[in-house]
Formats: sequence, structure tokens, C-alpha cells
Amino acid sequence: MADTTATRAKVRWGLLDVAVVVFALTPVLWIMSLSFKTPATLTDGKFIPREWTLENYRTIFATDQFVRALINSIGIALIATTIAVVLGAMAAYAISRLDFPGKRLLIGVSLLIAMFPQVSLVSPLFEIERQLGLFDTWPGLILPYITFALPLAIYTLSAFFKQIPWDLEKAAKMDGATQGQAFRRVIAPLAAPGLFTTAILVFIFCWNDFLFAISLTSTERSRTVPVALSFFTGASQFEDPTGAICAAAVVITVPIILFVLFFQRRIVSGLTSGAVKG
Amino acid sequence: MADIVLDKVSKKFPDGTTAVRDVDLEIADGEFVILVGPSGCGKSTTLNMIAGLEDISSGELRIGGQRVNDKAPRDRDIAMVFQSYALYPNMTVRENMAFPLRLAKLDKETINQKVDQAAKVLELTPLLDRKPANLSGGQRQRVAMGRAIVRQPKAFLMDEPLSNLDAKLRVQMRTVVSRLQKQLGTTTVYVTHDQTEAMTLGDRVVIMRGGAVQQVGPPQELYDHPNNLFVAGFIGSPSMNFLTAKVEEGTLRTALGDVPIGDRIRRELEGADAPRELILGIRPEHFEDAELVDDDTRRRGMEFTAPVDIVESMGSDKYVYLSVEGERATSAELEELAADAGAADFSGAGSNLVTRLSAESTVTEGEDRRVWFNLEKIHLFDPSDGRNLTLHEGRAAGTFAD
Ligand SMILES: Nc1ncnc2c1ncn2[C@@H]1O[C@H](COP(=O)(O)OP(=O)(O)OP(=O)(O)O)[C@@H](O)[C@H]1O
Ligand SMILES: [Mg+2]
Repeated sequence: MADTTATRAKVRWGLLDVAVVVFALTPVLWIMSLSFKTPATLTDGKFIPREWTLENYRTIFATDQFVRALINSIGIALIATTIAVVLGAMAAYAISRLDFPGKRLLIGVSLLIAMFPQVSLVSPLFEIERQLGLFDTWPGLILPYITFALPLAIYTLSAFFKQIPWDLEKAAKMDGATQGQAFRRVIAPLAAPGLFTTAILVFIFCWNDFLFAISLTSTERSRTVPVALSFFTGASQFEDPTGAICAAAVVITVPIILFVLFFQRRIVSGLTSGAVKG
Repeated sequence: MADIVLDKVSKKFPDGTTAVRDVDLEIADGEFVILVGPSGCGKSTTLNMIAGLEDISSGELRIGGQRVNDKAPRDRDIAMVFQSYALYPNMTVRENMAFPLRLAKLDKETINQKVDQAAKVLELTPLLDRKPANLSGGQRQRVAMGRAIVRQPKAFLMDEPLSNLDAKLRVQMRTVVSRLQKQLGTTTVYVTHDQTEAMTLGDRVVIMRGGAVQQVGPPQELYDHPNNLFVAGFIGSPSMNFLTAKVEEGTLRTALGDVPIGDRIRRELEGADAPRELILGIRPEHFEDAELVDDDTRRRGMEFTAPVDIVESMGSDKYVYLSVEGERATSAELEELAADAGAADFSGAGSNLVTRLSAESTVTEGEDRRVWFNLEKIHLFDPSDGRNLTLHEGRAAGTFAD
């Protein structure tokens, strides 16, 4: 009896899992399938392409537009991520470890930024950046990305810092470390999983952003991939760009997957095990 | 190497808790001092103030004659061993031990040599390339000690360093700590919960309660001549027995019979505001089976008869639990001690008497037994403030003292 209930539960969960996976992956798989279809078969409604082609991929890499956007995207996202994680780490460390005047205010403000509707900031930012000459430049995107990624970074990182036994820091201080040395040589290495997790989240945020990218850029100089995609036309003006867009969409998920895979290996849990008897 | 002086040191936390109150303590160069007391009495806070991990609210702390109140831990040149060991999990044993030396900017050769030397002393040499996660509790403990000794600091501070080890290892490590301290001759302040550690390790023991020092002295001195009820009840295992004693007609009415008192105690009790009721304290080893006492000894004590509850034979002697009539002694100190010990196994608060009789005693469970106790070893305490009335110029002389 117990056996059959267990089996039934397993089957139920199995079905549920499959449903969720299908639901989540269908659009992605469909785009992949479209990216391999020829223009003629594009609208045949078949999931498996009848004729496989790499023409779409060739097209996007042939245009300077896409390659340039890819470079912009990677550059901007990496720089913004690095700065946001470094700043966020310092802020999160201060929040989780120190009691300083204005601590609550800092937390409150960063919450406020996180909750602020980004759309309402687009027009003022556009004006400001034009005045400052930042419009359509890399810094013009990097700065707002950092601003909006920081709250996220601070929150995730302070959760990680709080997990690190405080005794380790005291021990470092007793061993003769300054506050800075204690952070760099003891705490930061232990917070590495947190740093990488945060880096991934921030990178994805920067990589996927469309709103700022379309409002604060006007040329290929700093246009990122999500925006470039929307400007896609076919090889000629009369060609349907669907296949190319799909190919580009597939291509731009690759860096994210690589980024996550690369850092995931470092997010080993239990890095702090052995520090304290517990 | 240096002496450590605490001059009216207090700690008040921002939330208003006064964790340490006017502690005066002089720790001589090379001395091994133990801070002991129930949980929450301010031992760790005191240690952290010496370390520089907590600010001192008021008072002065001097190390080697120099005021260090405002110095950062790194400028005090003292090493600390934490209860949690606090080993750096991302570093190997060698790197852990080398860390303070690397921060001190010593050259590589010196560092290696010092680490190897410390590792040899603590028998850590084969483990030098392991990470802390792959060590046993005892080994981690030794690494933590090693990290403290490599740089030959002015003083060692240890906060319950052995409390995470199992009983057997703790005894073993206790001798390691003791030997190490003797060998190095470094001033050491050692915090512990465990009164066996307190009795066996230190040159002097500081007993704390509620942030204040109760008594400071060599272990035996605290054991024999406790200042007050708290110290008497805290030191000793099994702990001292406490009974109420009513002052009536020049004697003390207790559950063990009428206890005579000497001139000095009588004078103490003559005042108008003198307590009418005292707490009588007597240690388990000051009882003896009445059959085994010779006449000469018998004269120095008293006898009573009581039913025997339990007999625990330890081989060398017998722990005999007797039930006696009469109310249990109560006072703030006793309640605090009972709470700290976990009320059940704190015998002093019950009307159960713990006695330690000779192994030759033929006592059996269930019988009524005649038991002798030594009047010279009795302590009398004032229940209102816990003061030991039998103490005269720091010596306890029993009830007969005149
Ligand atoms: N940061 C703090 N803020 C407020 N009160 C505190 C703080 N740290 C400790 N205390 C209080 O100070 C008192 C002494 O604490 P301390 O840690 O020194 O006790 P302890 O003697 O080491 O106890 P244990 O044996 O349990 O370790 C306790 O009552 C504790 O609640
Ligand atoms: Mg403590």
C-alpha cells in the first residue's frame, strides 16, 4: 500500500516537473528552432526544422551592427558588474559588521532606489546625460546600471557577510591585521561565493536591460545587443529579419550561460567549514 | 612578556547593560590567571577589553606599565585563542600559523622556521598542509594555540579554549596548555566555565559574578577560605552543602543538631542588626562515618544520624547522599548558583546532604547511619549579603574560633 502511494506521489511530482520545464523552455526552444530554419520554412509551424541552415548566424555576424553591439554589451556589463560588486561588497561589509551613524539611512536609501520605478527616471537621465555629454557613451550606461545594481548587490552580499563567523575577523585583528587587511585577506576570500553570486545577478541585470539602453543611446557607439536586436533588419530591407533576430537571441544567451557556468564552479558551499567548531 | 593591570575597569554596553563593574586586577609578568564564573558574568567581556576587541567604558588598562585603553588590538601585542578556534578555513595549517608573522612582515625564512618550531611543540608537523576542515577538534584546538604562540606575544588570552572538546581530550589538552604556559612563561589570562580547569590550571583564580570580582586568590585558598557564599558554592565539586542555621540561645539550631559557636562568632552575632538566621556550609569531605573516627578527631566535630539515600562507591572513597530534615537554605547567591549548575544537580539547594566518606565505611543504602562532621571546617554565611562570618583575616577557622 505504502509503495503505491509513494509511486503515485512520484508520478505526480514527475508530471508537475515536466509541465514546469516545458512551460519555461518552450519559447526558448522555439526560438532556437526558428534560428535554424530557412526563410521559406520559417512560418511552417513545425518544431523540428525541415531544412537546417546556419544562414541566419552567418548573416548576423556579417553585419557590423551586431558584432559591435555584442562588444558594447560585454564591455558595459563587465565594467558595471565589477564596480557594483566592489562597491557593494564594501557597503555590505560596513552594514553587516559596523554600527555607524546613518546606517539605517543608508539601508533605507538603497531600498528606495531598488523600489524606484526606472521608467520615471529615463527622461531626467536623458536630459542630464545630454548636458554632461554622457549620452550615447559607455559611462552613460555604466553609471545608471551601477546605481540600480547596487541595492541588489548590497542585499545579497550583506546576507553572505553575516554568515561568516565574526570570530574570524576578531582573530585576524588579534593576529595583527588592520581592519582593511582583515577584510581583504580573511573575509573577502570567504565571501567569494557571495561575490560570485552577486556578480552573476548584476551581470544578468545589465546584460538584459533594454529600457536604459534604448533611451540613453543613439548610435552603434554604445548600443547594446537587446537594443540592436530591435533595430534588426534583414540582409536587405525587404527581407524578413525573424530568423536573424532569433539567431541573435540565441547568441546573446551564450555569454550569460558561460558566465554562470564559470562562476558556478566557485560557488561551492561549505567554504567556511572548519573555521569554527559548530 | 608583561604584566597586565586592570584599574577600576568597567564596561557599559550601548543598550545600558553593565557587563563589567569596577574590576581591579593585577596580573604579574608570567602569571597564569583564570577568570571563572557563571554564564553571563562578564568573563568574555573582560577578556575582550584586555584584547582590545571591546572598548573600555571607564577605568584604565595597563600592559607592561603602559596605558593601552585606546590602542588597537594589533598594537597591544597579545595573542588570543578563541572558543570557536576561529581558524581561517581558506588557509592551510601552515598558513594559519604563519598569518600573524606575515602581517608582522617577517621574512619567509624566519616565518618558516618559527612555524616549524611551534608545530613541533604542538605535534602538528604532519598536519601542516591540511585545511582546518580536515582536522579533528583537538587538532584544530592545537592549531589555534599554535597561531597564538608563534609570534611570542606579551600575553595570551584564552576564552574557554577547551570547552568544545570531549571530556577526555579536554583533560589531555589541559596538561598541554599548562605545560606550554610553564615552558614559555608568558602571562596568560584564561577564561573558563569549568571549575576543574580553574582549580588545576592557574596560579590564581578570579571568581566573577554579575560583572564584579568576588574573590581573587590561589585555587586552594579560594577553596579553603571563601569570602562569601557565592565563592563557597561555586568552587568545589560536588559543591559545598548548605543548611539553614537559626541563632538561638548561643548555639546554632541546624538539621544536624545544635552547633556550638566560639567567642568570635558570638560577638559577631551580638549586634542588634545581626542576622538571626545563618547559612551553614560544609564540604562533602568534612564528613566521616562515625565508626571510623578516632577519639581525638571525634572531639573536633559533631555527630548526627540520618537515613542514607544513595551510596556511590568511587573506589578511593564513597559518596553518600543523606536526607536531612529542615528547610533548604535560600539566598540570592544560592539561587544563582543553582541556576548556573542546572538546578537538579546542585545539591546545596536541596535538603539532600552530599558526603564523602572513607572507602572502608560499611554504609548501605536505606539504613540510618551515624555520621561525624568536622566543626573546624564549617563556614557560616550571612544570608543577606553572603559574607563569610567564619573568615578572620582571610582565614576560615570554623565555628569555634575565638
Ligand atoms: N554587545 C552586547 N550588548 C549588550 N550586552 C552584552 C553585549 N555583549 C555581552 N553583553 C552582556 O554582558 C554580560 C556579560 O557577557 P559575557 O559575554 O562577558 O559573559 P561570559 O561571562 O563570557 O559568559 P559565558 O560564560 O556564557 O561566555 C551578559 O549579561 C551579556 O548579556
Ligand atoms: Mg564568554
